[in-house]
Amino acid sequence: VATVDAPLIVSARAEYADSFTLARYLETGGYAGLRKALTMFPEDVAKEVDAASLLGRGGAGFPAGRKWSMLRKSPVSYLVVNGDESEPATFKDHFLVERDPHQLVEGVIIAAYALQVSQAFIFVRGEFALGLERVQQALNDAYELGALGSHIFDSDFSLDVVLHPGAGAYICGEETALIEALEGKRGFPRIKPPFFPAVTGLYGEPTVVNNVETMSNLPWIINHGGAAFAALGAGRSTGTRLFALAGRVNRPGVYEVEMVKNTFRDLIFDPHFGQGVINGAAVKAFIPGGVSAPWFGPELLDLALGQDEVAEKGSMLGSGSIVVFDETTCVVRAAWRITRFFSRESCGQCTPCREGSGWLERVLYRLEHGGGRDEDMDLLLDLCDNIAPGLGWPPQQTTICVLGSSIPSSIHSAISMFKDDFFEHVRHGGCPL
Amino acid sequence: VSHLRADVRQRCLDIVALYPQPRSAMLALLHLAQEQDGYLSDEAMADVAELTNTTSADVRGTASFYDMFHLEPVGKYVVSVCTNIACLIAGGEEMLEYAGVALGCSVGATSDDGLFTLEEAECLADCDVAPCVQVNHRYVRATTPEASDPLVEELRSGALDHDVPAHGTLVRVRRSGGLRVTRAELAEQRATAREQRAARESEQVQ
Repeated sequence: VATVDAPLIVSARAEYADSFTLARYLETGGYAGLRKALTMFPEDVAKEVDAASLLGRGGAGFPAGRKWSMLRKSPVSYLVVNGDESEPATFKDHFLVERDPHQLVEGVIIAAYALQVSQAFIFVRGEFALGLERVQQALNDAYELGALGSHIFDSDFSLDVVLHPGAGAYICGEETALIEALEGKRGFPRIKPPFFPAVTGLYGEPTVVNNVETMSNLPWIINHGGAAFAALGAGRSTGTRLFALAGRVNRPGVYEVEMVKNTFRDLIFDPHFGQGVINGAAVKAFIPGGVSAPWFGPELLDLALGQDEVAEKGSMLGSGSIVVFDETTCVVRAAWRITRFFSRESCGQCTPCREGSGWLERVLYRLEHGGGRDEDMDLLLDLCDNIAPGLGWPPQQTTICVLGSSIPSSIHSAISMFKDDFFEHVRHGGCPL
Repeated sequence: VSHLRADVRQRCLDIVALYPQPRSAMLALLHLAQEQDGYLSDEAMADVAELTNTTSADVRGTASFYDMFHLEPVGKYVVSVCTNIACLIAGGEEMLEYAGVALGCSVGATSDDGLFTLEEAECLADCDVAPCVQVNHRYVRATTPEASDPLVEELRSGALDHDVPAHGTLVRVRRSGGLRVTRAELAEQRATAREQRAARESEQVQ
């Protein structure tokens, strides 16, 4: 039975049809967190976020408070918010920018105050045409209200926030590629080190990059205190988190769930959430955190939805997207389509990723469409090993960014979990489904 | 002579002014140029180069990296059908095939009447309404061939011109507010905040 008694921290307003308007936002306690934050010292605001142990909700799960504290020595110049959500089957930031843009804007202002930044950018994926309109409207409203601009709510703090549209490139979700796009260039991830934009970011200056959902948690954390947030969940995974559930489930959608207190089975089967697999079928496998994550089999359905819990089993919660496969899902086709995605989205800077993804895609294509060979599975794993040597988790990197090392996840999972399906494809001369 | 219309050029100048460096406005300006012409013409890209203090080569090199920018003319409606993992499972490939027949064009091509361009899209982040279809980057939420038929008719007849504006993601995005202090004042504000914080911290140490 799912645990559903935790408060809704970022999705409470979604039940209202006008959840995106300033009127609704103010009626439901909007901008109270910012008003409170402005009465505190900036470093005390940062301390609350640290106390909440809010893990970044973009995919890497780096503690937001620690990201901020890296800037203690060198004052930060820019705050950049990553709303370039493009990880396949992830749609929780889409939900937040369209349904509750004011919550995002308030979170951004609170973060900017804590970091004492006077210029912030919200990068929203170009394909979110409505999301772009709503975030800009929320910004316009906030300026009008006095929550943005010069001397916010009559304090000494001033801030300008610019909405920056993306233009269709998965790689811009990588924070250094996103910064390149913000500088008006091709979205090429930057060579590391420096590993963090906190050292060298936008225009070469110290920059914090945080995810949309991470920012959206801040008004609640300031209103209720970091301790109240940390009291939810368990271990390193505190608070609640938005999970995007998709694939062969009766009720796909975005669900806010308390971390660790619920399992994958709860999310997929509970009446509050996914309501089970279509036609009552059995789960064949599921992706626990975006297509960059290794897959899990049904034996791990009772695993808790927590960052470390999933990492211990060799995968990641990643972007918070869960895709369910049943027996109607061809795993070879799934692995092929995911690999084709990476091949299309590879920025082309690094040879293992640029060339490897295309080779892998073509081998998987021939397995799925006829022409596969018995030795193809060894060939696929060998190619994967060239991209991420050892095929362990977390993967070894041979490329500038983690797009490359994400490519082997689905292929390695599919072959090690469903080897018979691959041989069946070879024997059958293509997909038997 | 400016290829961009005066009103578009003014919007461009307003956006350039928002950034510490003009080149940062590149993506937004390319969206606006595409909104005017329906695609990125050489003339428009030359104007964007001038506005962002770059060269035409810089502009083309940047634009060609991004899926949403069209370097050749496209139909009035760009129909994007997702076939990525969640949509694949929900029949995205079948939907794409059906769209080709219904719109009268193959994937990547434009229909003879110039109305539709069909694209196979990567994940569009609306996976609970799969397979996901966007028209000019507006979610139309037609998940079956039956549901998409009336939609195609409405698009043809122009009945959806308001909901699905032709070209341009930023067509209804207008910034009204803005900071009314100078960058120098902002720098001063940051310096003061830093000093005050250092003072508080040394107080705590004592």
